[in-house]
Amino acid sequence: MARTGVFLLMALVTSVAWTQVQAKVDNASVLELLIKWTPLLLQGFYFNLIISLLAMLLGTGAGLLLGFARISLLAPVRAGSWIVVQFFRNAPWLVLLFFVMFLLPFEFRFAGLTIPFPDWIKATFGLALPIMANMAEIVRGAVQSIPTAQWEAARSLAFSRRQILWRVILPQCMKRMLPPWMNWYAILTMATTLASVVGVSEVMTITGRITAAEARTDLLVPIYSYVLLWFFIYCYPIAWWTRRLELRYAER
Amino acid sequence: MDDVAAWFKWLHQVSGIKLTIFYDNYDRSRFLEGLGMTLKLSAYCLVLSVALGALTAWACGSRRRLLRSAANGFVQFFRNTPPLVQLYFCYFALGPLLPKVGGEPLLGSLGWAIVSLTLLEAAFTAEIFRAGIEAVPKAMVEAAQSLGYSRTQIFRVIVFPLALRVTMPAMTNNLVNLVKTTTLAYAIAVPELLYMSAQIWSEQVNVPEMMVVVLITYVCIVGAINQFMQWLEGRLRVPGFGQ
Repeated sequence: MARTGVFLLMALVTSVAWTQVQAKVDNASVLELLIKWTPLLLQGFYFNLIISLLAMLLGTGAGLLLGFARISLLAPVRAGSWIVVQFFRNAPWLVLLFFVMFLLPFEFRFAGLTIPFPDWIKATFGLALPIMANMAEIVRGAVQSIPTAQWEAARSLAFSRRQILWRVILPQCMKRMLPPWMNWYAILTMATTLASVVGVSEVMTITGRITAAEARTDLLVPIYSYVLLWFFIYCYPIAWWTRRLELRYAER
Repeated sequence: MDDVAAWFKWLHQVSGIKLTIFYDNYDRSRFLEGLGMTLKLSAYCLVLSVALGALTAWACGSRRRLLRSAANGFVQFFRNTPPLVQLYFCYFALGPLLPKVGGEPLLGSLGWAIVSLTLLEAAFTAEIFRAGIEAVPKAMVEAAQSLGYSRTQIFRVIVFPLALRVTMPAMTNNLVNLVKTTTLAYAIAVPELLYMSAQIWSEQVNVPEMMVVVLITYVCIVGAINQFMQWLEGRLRVPGFGQ
């Protein structure tokens, strides 16, 4: 459905054109304003993408470890990781973000070094938490979807548990893990806008500042559709590709 | 109740853990009000989004191309743009465009939160319904046809009840997501749980305690939903269909 993008673009163009018609002569047109603010908005958008990539990296790493804990042979480890996963999956993202924002210190003292903790790093941590929990579930689901016969065959070839996991099971899991992982990346990218609520200067914060600075009611619809369009252009291909991968893997 | 209040007061004096919502009447009423608002918002959005989602799922399977692509476009748009931006778009951009009734805006922040979240959830629900209807085996529909059922009868008696059971797990997930997404309404000052709690923690300066309370409350709501839906799924189970 690339048409949605076209619809969105059309909505933007019509709203800009409509306000263009209504604009008074002494005012800058909405189109000019959009062009004028595009570099700043883009800066904010890049920031969103950087946060999303870092949070994904962090969340995936931690989630893999947590996922291994979920399939551990030790019952207490399994139970403990289950609680962690359930907690972070069921807590709203925004609440987690608040939690991390308020409770992490703004700087970290370690062995005489002072490591500053700016807001956006804290937001990245906050966004990585739900990704971690969901990643753990993806790992667990993928490992469990591999037939038991694979484990038994590998064991009969005298592989150790770690060897079985790394050399037999996980390589087969990659295919199953990739589509949901991409899906979560798209969700995370859209969630980075939440950082504006806790005061990080990403694209939504900047949009709010621009609308406040310009104080033009006719700018509101175009500028918000503009930002929506960017996110759509970034996230829709990921969703499309995810679905294609899912279909391709399902056929085999 | 008084014992509980006394205990939490004692806890504050002894350990400094300040849980005012248990002994301060004003704070407690605000907290409960917020909780009620969260539940109310979720309930409204659930009902409306299921209705709109069913309509969209029907439109996605329509024979008319225009209707079909419009419904598809709606689904893809709401699934692939940030919910917060959708909410801001509704409240800040569309809000001022609405006519005012007696000096008051037609839709307040709560109204826009309901509209925006309903649209978002309807897009997800539509996909779930579509998958559910597709999951009903063709042979069942054909068998019903050969028994002389009409199209509406087939949908009402055969397809819908089975599709409902197939969609239950996905709907549970969706409902959980809905409750979690209502926290976004905080951003446009709807007095829901997070907003009220933020007011309490900024007045009482008991941020860590209130944060923990809020997190636990949400985890409990979600847990209750999961339990209820699991029970419902068990009750509705049809032998020989699904696992």
